[in-house]
Amino acid sequence: MGKKGTPFIEVNNLKVHYTSEGRNIHAVNGVSFSLQKGETLGLVGETGAGKTTIAKSILRILPQPPAQVDSGEILLEGTDLLKLSDDEMRKIRGRRIAMIFQDPMTALNPVMRVGRQIAEGIALHEKISAKEAEKKAKRMLEMVGIPASRYRDYPHQFSGGMKQRVVIAMALSCNPDLLLADEPTTALDVTIQAQVLDIIKNLQKEMDTSMIMITHDLGIVAEVCDNVAVVYAGQIVEYGSREEIFDHPCHPYTIGLFGSLPDINSDVERLSPIMGMPPDPANLPSGCAFSPRCPYADERCKAAGVELTGIDGTHVCRCLHRDNEQVEKAARVTG
Amino acid sequence: MSEILMEVKHLKKYFETPKGMLHAVDDVTFTIGKGQTMGVVGESGCGKSTLGRTLIHLYESTDGQILFHGEDITHVSKHKLHQLREQMQIIFQDPFASLNPRMTVEETIREPLELSGKYKKGELQDEADRIMEMVGIDERLRYAYPHELDGGRRQRVGIGRALALNPTFVVCDEPVSALDVSIQAQVLNLLQDLQEKSGVTYMFVTHDLSVVKHISDYICVMYLGQLVETTTSRELFANPVHPYTKALLSAIPSVDIHQKRERIILQGEIVSPIEPKPGCRFAARCPHATEQCRQPQQLREISKDHFVSCCRAEEVWE
Repeated sequence: MGKKGTPFIEVNNLKVHYTSEGRNIHAVNGVSFSLQKGETLGLVGETGAGKTTIAKSILRILPQPPAQVDSGEILLEGTDLLKLSDDEMRKIRGRRIAMIFQDPMTALNPVMRVGRQIAEGIALHEKISAKEAEKKAKRMLEMVGIPASRYRDYPHQFSGGMKQRVVIAMALSCNPDLLLADEPTTALDVTIQAQVLDIIKNLQKEMDTSMIMITHDLGIVAEVCDNVAVVYAGQIVEYGSREEIFDHPCHPYTIGLFGSLPDINSDVERLSPIMGMPPDPANLPSGCAFSPRCPYADERCKAAGVELTGIDGTHVCRCLHRDNEQVEKAARVTG
Repeated sequence: MSEILMEVKHLKKYFETPKGMLHAVDDVTFTIGKGQTMGVVGESGCGKSTLGRTLIHLYESTDGQILFHGEDITHVSKHKLHQLREQMQIIFQDPFASLNPRMTVEETIREPLELSGKYKKGELQDEADRIMEMVGIDERLRYAYPHELDGGRRQRVGIGRALALNPTFVVCDEPVSALDVSIQAQVLNLLQDLQEKSGVTYMFVTHDLSVVKHISDYICVMYLGQLVETTTSRELFANPVHPYTKALLSAIPSVDIHQKRERIILQGEIVSPIEPKPGCRFAARCPHATEQCRQPQQLREISKDHFVSCCRAEEVWE
């Protein structure tokens, strides 16, 4: 996918499961993708699809146990992160790869001044004095639009949007090469969301940072991502450039997502939702995981797993029916 | 607008806090037509949920008037309230918190039927079955407890319970916000189907502008307890006038990747609703604010059926 020289980060055949009450929960089932320097990849999917688990695997912050990486490699400029020692990984975490978490209310330490929380990471990764770290932390605060005079405030003294900006300042303080943004604006109001997305986009451009944006909101993907991976039941079911996915969605699940979404630019009497519920990850259906909910599924879909096949350009899709006329028609209506 | 079901005049709801009076709903006036859906949008803390709850007497209003079927129900006796509750119901946001964890699906749906005293013992079962079918809950889930259900099904139980006695007015307080997109669409369609069949009137409270546009006939936009703009859904999205509405609409991320839109990024934060100063509460973040905006603002009709609370509406409106 996206072959333009050596990719900056490459994930190959990642498999992760959790053990819970004696059951194996298959969270990530063979995910592969790659990302170039400065590019943004959107990971889209519903609750429980495995998006956050993918991000946490890259940063190696999965709680093990209950989580267990079964196979795969995560190559950062050719180095497999899964093979690094804890010490080596600690030097990468926060310095080369940083993460913005979904909920700014729980991502900050409530009993530590926000300035110190930012400076802490800087002092750890860069060989500079405490004074210089403080100076840089203040600069980061100003960069995300918070006056440096609030350096000594505690998290509870900030609003939700400002707390998320503190978290962003913290993530970007060491100029990471890769930013993992896990639903960074889901907890925020829409006008504040616009502010925060704007800040992330500008800083990313300025520092040429690559980004993986995890979200369930296709509107956000349309706005910030270059490439899109649609995740369902721990697998990528469709991957392509933003234009390929939004103009020509191919997988029935992707088409269903677009049909479920009320769009502010068009009027429809009724939405066309996807029937049924997402599958239980401890008990995945055989064959294509989407087949029980898919209007086009037949015996072949249920018989064996479906491989990703190329469509054109970078566009790939995990579906046997992508040449089906009905699927194409549905895609034209919603795409 | 069709026949008026509910008329709200200068409604206020203040809460006492240690720091002073919190003006959650401040002088709000609007009407809801029978069988229609009134959407109420705004960001967290703007008073939209408080407004919905005050209308159906979950909170007592501080000041103002509520007319229901032309009758003043602002202050009612306990007995009268009991009767009103049959006609006014609410669907809550969080289907995980709003159902009694110790009651089965069937018990939850039967409870309002029993309380109403309208049904004989033998009829209760049939009626409960009818409601479960109406909201699309499988019969096999009759004895299931809430923790055994996923979010979408729980919300269907919440809807069934609210609509059990054929109310004329239902407040839907963020009914789909906790659900995934694919499930959200199922529940929205269900709400629309039920409205078509029974003619129920909805007040749909949400922060999601795409959802509110999809489902509403009329929309109220609220900012910090005040109504800043109200008109038909179509007119609001085609022709927003209040600077806050404009900024809010421009901030929605759209899935249309080919349409270039001018985005208005608001500066500053929402001010506190505790003992607010008179005048427009949006002025602190408004790019068009002037000295005039410190005066109290009036909601006025600037074109047919389109009400705005902004003294500079004409100048700002291009």
